[in-house]
Amino acid sequence: MASIRHQPSAHQVRGLVDEDRSRNRFRVHRSTLTDPDILALERERIFDRCWLYLGHESELAGPGAFISRSINHRPLIFVRDATGRIRCFYNVCPHRGSLVCREPKGVSKSFQCAYHGWTFSNGGKLIGQPGKDAYPEGFNADGEYDLPEVPRLESCHGFVFVNFDAAAESLDDYLADAKPYLELIALQSAIGMEIVGGTQEYSARANWKLLLENSADGYHAPTAHASYFDYLADRDGAAFKDKKFSYNKAFGQVLNLGNGHAVSESQGAIPWGRPVARWVPGWGEEARAGIAEIRRELEERLGPEKAEMVAERDYNLLIFPNLAVLNIMAVTVRTFYPVTPDYFEVRAWAMAPKGEAEAVKDRRLRNFLEFLGPGGFATPDDVEMLELCQQGYACQNGAAWNDLSKGMFREADYAAKQDELQMRTFWRRWRDMMGAEQRMSFREAV
Amino acid sequence: MAAPEAPPRADALAAFVLRAQVEDFLYHEAQLLDSWQLMEWAALFTEDAEYAVPSTDLAEDADPRTNLFLVHDDRFRIEQRAKRLLKKTAHAEFPPSRTRHLVSNVRIEADDGNALQLACATVVYRAKRGIVDVYPGHAKYELLRDGGTAGFRIRRKRAILDIDALRPQGKLSIIL
Repeated sequence: MASIRHQPSAHQVRGLVDEDRSRNRFRVHRSTLTDPDILALERERIFDRCWLYLGHESELAGPGAFISRSINHRPLIFVRDATGRIRCFYNVCPHRGSLVCREPKGVSKSFQCAYHGWTFSNGGKLIGQPGKDAYPEGFNADGEYDLPEVPRLESCHGFVFVNFDAAAESLDDYLADAKPYLELIALQSAIGMEIVGGTQEYSARANWKLLLENSADGYHAPTAHASYFDYLADRDGAAFKDKKFSYNKAFGQVLNLGNGHAVSESQGAIPWGRPVARWVPGWGEEARAGIAEIRRELEERLGPEKAEMVAERDYNLLIFPNLAVLNIMAVTVRTFYPVTPDYFEVRAWAMAPKGEAEAVKDRRLRNFLEFLGPGGFATPDDVEMLELCQQGYACQNGAAWNDLSKGMFREADYAAKQDELQMRTFWRRWRDMMGAEQRMSFREAV
Repeated sequence: MAAPEAPPRADALAAFVLRAQVEDFLYHEAQLLDSWQLMEWAALFTEDAEYAVPSTDLAEDADPRTNLFLVHDDRFRIEQRAKRLLKKTAHAEFPPSRTRHLVSNVRIEADDGNALQLACATVVYRAKRGIVDVYPGHAKYELLRDGGTAGFRIRRKRAILDIDALRPQGKLSIIL
């Protein structure tokens, strides 16, 4: 490291997450959300150790399909090679370091660096070098001038993750109890799910961890999203009024899924419609039969109990450190990376069953956009809340701690969706990885 | 190659007047948005209207029924968008930001006597809490000559952002 910075000690970092079980108090110091030294340590200890969501298998239709995508600000090529295998390469020429692939996506047998013309197959092999006779015999015999490959790539139910740590445990172990929630999405379709065209790429002037906290925060919905619920009431009238946020188990719960992952879930208790498969009056009578048909297919394929879960269970799944999969009024996959302590970038997609009828997809996407995304009736207000928090953190000399203790006294028995167990689950994992005596693999920190 | 034939003067004058009328209408729309007269803005739209903003990685003529947009409103939702943004609980716009919608390069691309297809370049500035965000873009409209107080009604408005991601603006809490 050439830059001069102060690396906080393990002891200092652990002290930033103040968990007092005797008083059921859980606080996080606001410097974790503003300090550049903390961010530098996060890059090293979290983003270079954890499994990070790269994309979905459906985004690469056939051999040669590629997408240029940055993960933790490293430009990568997400590609299906000539044999159909999904690979991920650093998008950098081994020769002099230029970005090799300059198109956002496409289909290609090869990638040619525009600087000196080195050419690589879609499997990363160096296959062309102008002036090759000026290099010695056996140059690249060991492949060191091939496109460098990201050390680990694994997938789960079509969700593809990478890990920059060659020694990382398997994705399967890493995802722990989060896996069944990825499966519930895959089960929405008999022939598989796919990412719909169109990416919502946006940002917020706030710390990246605030979006993780916000993505499954049941406590904020009635106030931060009051105007969205007004809209639903205008649209669905009396049918909406039966549904109320409540604190009992019938309404839902938050579960710690292990390894820092958590889910906030409920079944059949929320007022919005679900394309798979819960009808609401605002969709009109003609949509009702179509929804019933989707429900019937689920029941035939999965049996009544599983079908009920697929159709009715709303959940916000948080996968440590920076993936939120929301299976709510639509299915969205959202990942986000810090640029600076007070600015992060978001990419969000919609998922749908492959081959979904156009009318159903239309309804799904309209439903998505009524709440989600930077032009929706809710997400802009979330971004605003995060930015208001970030501005408030300038007052650390007078107000230094965030409180996340809601529901802590009962968390061993039950955590309501409006409690803060999901945030505590994240921060406990964050503390363990960031505050270890020395840098360790994720496995060692468990 | 022959020079293009000059159109007769009367046609040229009619085209000039029509463009001026359309520009006046677009300036009127911009003024309604910038003065937060949003219900009046919503009333510019026909009952079967659509207001859409494609995601920044989509082709500008992408189909919102099969692609994820940033905004895809029917008439009901256009009005709801306006209504919501006027509430104190539309937090991203409380207190309301200051905006300025600039419209330029107006071209009438087709005119069947009833409906006009037009294209224009747009820049929207939004200022709030010390930050000015700029939204460069262009827009496609279908306008109907069905009168209304403003002379036209909007059947279709597609606002296309000429940026490759909604950054650093981060949100589209305003109407483009």
